[in-house]
Amino acid sequence: MSVPPDGMAGTPALAVSDLAVRFAVSGPKRWLQAVDGVSFTVERGQTLGVVGESGSGKSTIARALLRLVPATAGTARFRGVDLLALEGPTLRAMREHFQIIFQDPLASLDPRMSVAEIIEEPLREFRPALDRAARRGKVLAMLDRVGLASAHLNRFPHEFSGGQAQRIGIARALMLQPELLVCDEPISALDVSIKSQIANLLKDLQLEFGITVLFIAHDLAAVRFSCDRILVLYLGRVMEIAPRTALFETPRHPYTRALLQSVPVADPALARSRRTAPLGGEIPSPLAPPSGCVFRTRCPFAGPICGEQVPRLRPVGASLVACHRAEELG
Amino acid sequence: MSAALAAPEQTEQGAAGLLAIRGLRVAYRTESGFLRAVDGVNLDLAPGEFLGVAGESGSGKTQLLLSVMGLNAPGARIEGSIRYRGQELVGAGERVLGSLRGARIAMIFQDPMTALNPYLPIGIQLTEGLRHHQGASRSAARRRALELLDAVHIPEPERRFAQHPHELSGGMRQRIVIAMALICEPDILLADEPTTALDVTVQAQILALLRELRTRAAIVLVTHDLGVIAEVADRMLVMYAGRVVEEAGVERLFEHTRHPYTEALRRSIVPLEGPLPERLPSIGGNPPNPAALPPGCAFAPRCAYVFDRCASAPPPLAPVAPGHLRACYYDGPLGRIR
Repeated sequence: MSVPPDGMAGTPALAVSDLAVRFAVSGPKRWLQAVDGVSFTVERGQTLGVVGESGSGKSTIARALLRLVPATAGTARFRGVDLLALEGPTLRAMREHFQIIFQDPLASLDPRMSVAEIIEEPLREFRPALDRAARRGKVLAMLDRVGLASAHLNRFPHEFSGGQAQRIGIARALMLQPELLVCDEPISALDVSIKSQIANLLKDLQLEFGITVLFIAHDLAAVRFSCDRILVLYLGRVMEIAPRTALFETPRHPYTRALLQSVPVADPALARSRRTAPLGGEIPSPLAPPSGCVFRTRCPFAGPICGEQVPRLRPVGASLVACHRAEELG
Repeated sequence: MSAALAAPEQTEQGAAGLLAIRGLRVAYRTESGFLRAVDGVNLDLAPGEFLGVAGESGSGKTQLLLSVMGLNAPGARIEGSIRYRGQELVGAGERVLGSLRGARIAMIFQDPMTALNPYLPIGIQLTEGLRHHQGASRSAARRRALELLDAVHIPEPERRFAQHPHELSGGMRQRIVIAMALICEPDILLADEPTTALDVTVQAQILALLRELRTRAAIVLVTHDLGVIAEVADRMLVMYAGRVVEEAGVERLFEHTRHPYTEALRRSIVPLEGPLPERLPSIGGNPPNPAALPPGCAFAPRCAYVFDRCASAPPPLAPVAPGHLRACYYDGPLGRIR
């Protein structure tokens, strides 16, 4: 296998190919296929949104890439190596280049550590040559950058609101200037008035540091604001990948359309014109996924072919779509 | 004199009303002083009405609902008046509240599992209220429960009867809980973030269901999501720091927003179509600490229109147009939130 030279222009920052993750479930030979043949690339400095409902496998993708759960198959090219094949010290050394921000900021911060200790920890681990004063200088600069004050340094996580705690998590994740940042529902747990503050902050920091971002979310509005391209997942499989404008203006997959139509709109006149829910039923059990297209059991356009063949991801307009009938739907 | 103080005298006004709340205050004593969770709220609910209450965490919206059910945490100090069909509920004993709760006024929550017993089959839980409140026979209760399961569009209702909650999906559980809440034909259904924990396609289904069920009961739905209210409610209140800051018919409130906080909430919503802002308009600062509220308007520290009068005393909720109330001293045009 040839290794593309790192940093070459035009090389995606992250290229995931045929990623699969399955979990053993109690009972003889039972498997839960959480992620099934997922491929995508993220260009340098761009943000790819991964959207899906619960059980779609979006968080499992993040966890597999971060090597928090083992992948069953697939590769993930990052900095010239396969992330999924790294082990021991090489994996540990690579960790400074990819970081994560979690949904629940308070749960992701050690309650016994002060803010200073939390933000300093990555430097202690990966920049041992820095002395105490240099570390402190970097911590203060980052604290200021994420909108916290030096007065916060000696406080503990429980003393902060959700929005402030998320700022601490962001500071910790960016301390080593990672190349790839995985954001797992970074604003969903926050209050409405705080969401936009944090979404703006993440966007500013991404531009400033040139970070490549994988943005996992169920909130389509947040994804529209934060992402350049969007991948729509359903039951572990990719339904559609499209640039932002194409996805929101000309969604090609029936599931993407239904998702967009399901979001409540803060416009009473428009809301009242849509009386019925766009989709019936719920996501089927990943222990017994439907044959053919996994979405067909809820799809208003499903035909005989949909139960027989798994639709391949193929270009339609500006999108890549996994639907046998995408052209007919226009 | 503030509107909250003047309010109790209006009590008789809502004779045709189902629920009339006047000057409601809910406070808790904490280590850091008195926490004012609800601070002088008036609310009227007419039969068949669908009322939305919008607010962030700490706005007092859940405490407001719990007060109607008499379910505030122990130690809550409750003042003011809550009348259900003229009957005073504040200070009413457990015997009175117990006979209304579930029978005349029912409540559903964000997480349906909080209302379901994981050990009991669905059928027993569904019929329990009917047997307790109305002394219904086992077979009559079963018939009625099957009707309700049908009304909330649960497929194969007979089979669900024997199932346990963990065998059902989140959306199905919320439907069961709604059926349970409606089984005694209450006049009022209180819903606290009933769709927040659900996936967006299932949320759309439950909202469609609630729109259908409004013929059975008046509904008060509390949520942080203005979109949810726009989808279902006739009239809405916006709460901040325990107070109502704006109230109007839903169309009017969205089209003619008059309170800076409502404006800021609306502006912070990213549209799914049309122009996309480079930066999201946002409200600076953090939601207020209910144990340490400023003496004036609680929103003043985060408000784009603040001026010296805002620090004097909380602005009263006053009419700006027929049926449209707001609590704000600023009288100029909005549009400053960027």
